[in-house]
Amino acid sequence: MAIVEQQPELARERESAAWTAVLHDWVVTVDHKKVGILYVLMAVAFLIIGGCEAILIRLQLFWPRSTLVGPDTFNGLFTMHGTTMVFFVGMPILTGIANYMVPLMIGARDMAFPRLNALGFWATLFGGLLVYFSFVTGAAPTMGWFAYAPLTEHAFARSSATDFWALGLIVSGIGTLAAAVNFVATIMGLRAPGMTVRKLPFFVWTMLWTSVQILFAIPPLTATLVMILLDRNLGAHFFDVQSGGSAYLWQHLFWFFGHPEVYILILPVFGMVSEVVPVFSRKVLFGYEFMAVATAAIAFISLGVWAHHMFAVGMSRTVNLYFAAASLLISIPTGIKFFNWLATMYGGRISFAPPMLFAFGFLSMFLIGGLTGIMLAIVPFNYQLTDTYFVVGHFHWVLIGGTLFGTFAGIHYWYPKVTGRMLSVRLARWQFWLLFIGFMLTFGPMHIAGILGMPRRIYTYDAARGWAIWNQLTTAGAIVQVPSYAIFVYNLIVSLWKGKPAGDDPWDAWTLEWTTASPPPPYNFEEVPVVHSRRPLWDLKHPDDPDWKYE
Amino acid sequence: MNPWTLLAYGGGLAQSQSIFDPASPGAAEIRNLSILVLAITGFIFVLVEGILLYASVRFRRGAATGSEPPQVYGSKPIEIAWTTAPGLIVFVLVLVTTRTLWEINPTPPDPRPGDQALFVTAIGHQWWWEYRYDHYDGKELSFTAANELHIPAGTKGGARRVYLALDSADVCHSFWVPRLAGKTDMIPGRTNHMWFQTDQPGLFLGQCGEFCGTQHANMLIRVIAEPAADFERWLANEKGGQQPRENDPETVKSGRKAFLGQSCVNCHRVAGTPAQGTCAPDLTHLMSRQTLAAGIVANTPENLRQWVANPQKIKPGCLMPAFGLSDRDRDRIVDYLRTLR
Repeated sequence: MAIVEQQPELARERESAAWTAVLHDWVVTVDHKKVGILYVLMAVAFLIIGGCEAILIRLQLFWPRSTLVGPDTFNGLFTMHGTTMVFFVGMPILTGIANYMVPLMIGARDMAFPRLNALGFWATLFGGLLVYFSFVTGAAPTMGWFAYAPLTEHAFARSSATDFWALGLIVSGIGTLAAAVNFVATIMGLRAPGMTVRKLPFFVWTMLWTSVQILFAIPPLTATLVMILLDRNLGAHFFDVQSGGSAYLWQHLFWFFGHPEVYILILPVFGMVSEVVPVFSRKVLFGYEFMAVATAAIAFISLGVWAHHMFAVGMSRTVNLYFAAASLLISIPTGIKFFNWLATMYGGRISFAPPMLFAFGFLSMFLIGGLTGIMLAIVPFNYQLTDTYFVVGHFHWVLIGGTLFGTFAGIHYWYPKVTGRMLSVRLARWQFWLLFIGFMLTFGPMHIAGILGMPRRIYTYDAARGWAIWNQLTTAGAIVQVPSYAIFVYNLIVSLWKGKPAGDDPWDAWTLEWTTASPPPPYNFEEVPVVHSRRPLWDLKHPDDPDWKYE
Repeated sequence: MNPWTLLAYGGGLAQSQSIFDPASPGAAEIRNLSILVLAITGFIFVLVEGILLYASVRFRRGAATGSEPPQVYGSKPIEIAWTTAPGLIVFVLVLVTTRTLWEINPTPPDPRPGDQALFVTAIGHQWWWEYRYDHYDGKELSFTAANELHIPAGTKGGARRVYLALDSADVCHSFWVPRLAGKTDMIPGRTNHMWFQTDQPGLFLGQCGEFCGTQHANMLIRVIAEPAADFERWLANEKGGQQPRENDPETVKSGRKAFLGQSCVNCHRVAGTPAQGTCAPDLTHLMSRQTLAAGIVANTPENLRQWVANPQKIKPGCLMPAFGLSDRDRDRIVDYLRTLR
């Protein structure tokens, strides 16, 4: 009897021991797969926080002259929303997926520098926490995510919230740089035998260029954040106009980071879509080489277009014209990509399984974000549109219609590999349609509000300006989106137990990650595979008609 | 009552601020270019979404899954075609951008007699606008107004241009009246320029376009275009200062004393008095304005009283504190301010 009575206690003890062991294992892990999952979990947590901030913003703007939140609270909300979504959702979720998939896709056993990999994650996470520690000073920073000087100077931002913000971004920037260095080393050094650079899976190719962009873009950001901290704490005057500093300098330094950043958030997604579209159209990616060159071209050109965020600051006509032309030039490689995706679908046997459904969402919506981008590159049109809700509509169309839809395509595609279970298709469809409709309802009316003269970042507006209806539609759209994210998170959790077992290769796909078990063992591959073409599994499945004959 | 005051009270009516409703040649040029760009992007939109939808429907896998479709690895001629076509569109867009850019951004001329042009230096402050009237028709003016910009409206064949030099006293702002011109930023430490002209007398609304801190949302612009004769009358009045008048009622006299005795004078200026502050709106002709606090409320005695008592209630976070005036002081000061016509 005594033994029986003790059993639950023992079990509890074992359980708690197991629980701490698991926690310990995840904290000290250097396995690229676990680090990748940690990145994604961090991003989902921050997505929920950033989403709550967005909902508060939208509620405040529902009625004209609403007093739900005060001006400073509102300004803090949009500052944190922007910072969170760019640095602690967008970048980590893409880095996380790549962390998991890149070694598997190139037939490696881990990233090149596993410990650096773990450092990269923890720096990113602690950077995020540091930014949110600004709340201990009483309130969040209130200068907007691009923090135009001299609003960041001590005279205009007395509380140390701004210091927390700058420090947090410096720390997370170190994490991002560590990840980029690691990707470059991994992709250049750890490919399976036979996988030349010309045979890289397309997602890996885009991650290579994303990493190159990070290496160019993050150091200037870090430098300029250090300049802010020097100004604020050691009496330097980089951006302090009264003492001979320059507010204009900040804009150049920030956007020199800020524009490549936009492509850092979209290139990996181009890669994911280039994996998903062929598999679900049952066709090889059309024009791989042109796609590859277009990716590199975007990475290069995007380093020279930053001042298209600054057309209205009073640069000369010639400088404005250069930046307009360079920005328009990017639409050419982007167009090449788009047409190649369509050509891949054309003549295929398309299945609209959840990954392809989200890839379809990406294709149909990213196009619109691209076209409004062309409008913003036309300098005179930009004089009217810049800093209005049209711009807010535009970049959400790119970041949600593009980055988020594409990322969901990737997550729905690779979740079975990561967990060994399929996500629920029914829940995925609900998630897709709620997001698709809610998204258009949220960000479509923003374009109209902008055209009607509504500037961005205003905490309230007068009813007489006639913007109320557009803001109310936007808020309604945001509320439609909320259940979509809830369903997504629910699906991720519940499918861990209830999902159908996935098997090694549920999508009948063609890249190396599908040759190993789901979830993959810690060493990834029992035997390092030998590669002859861009689609090694196609070669295995079709020995009569292998790819390497045509490449 | 002059018609502009009426307009201020009619603030409940929606006033167009649409960029597609231009009232100035520069804004009209932008509108025309925008329509061309919308047409081109609209065409691309229909074409590409059309192909996407067609492919999605036409090539959707049926119930029966057979063998794999033919694998097509690419095609050089097709790739070259869809590189060249967007290239040509980009080329056309760069050309039209260049033309409009050069047309709407002329180098500002120097004022000279008989040019019928108005030159104003507009300075952005947290969260209001200062207007220093420099020259009109070649003649030097030197007075300062705040928040409401009066300009002459032209007539057919008699354009009256307005040239603004844009500065900032603190952080970045952006001057934007959509029906008159696109945005031009006010960057501390730099001077930017913009111009517009209109033949339509009336009120043009705008507001600050660059986030500038707590009350960015209520940094509103009112541009009032008047027929030249009315505008010149307004000019003549604004040029004068304010002297105490013999026949002022007793409350006004004591209000003036109270105003000059309080810290109002550290920030505000009333020309002709010892109040010579420069970091808050010039009050010399306060009563010639339709609104208070950069356009947030109509300029009525009641609003003025509430503003003087506690500005934080109307515009939370603004740089004018509540001074805790006694009711008597507050009312006297308001009575005095009401005489500043």
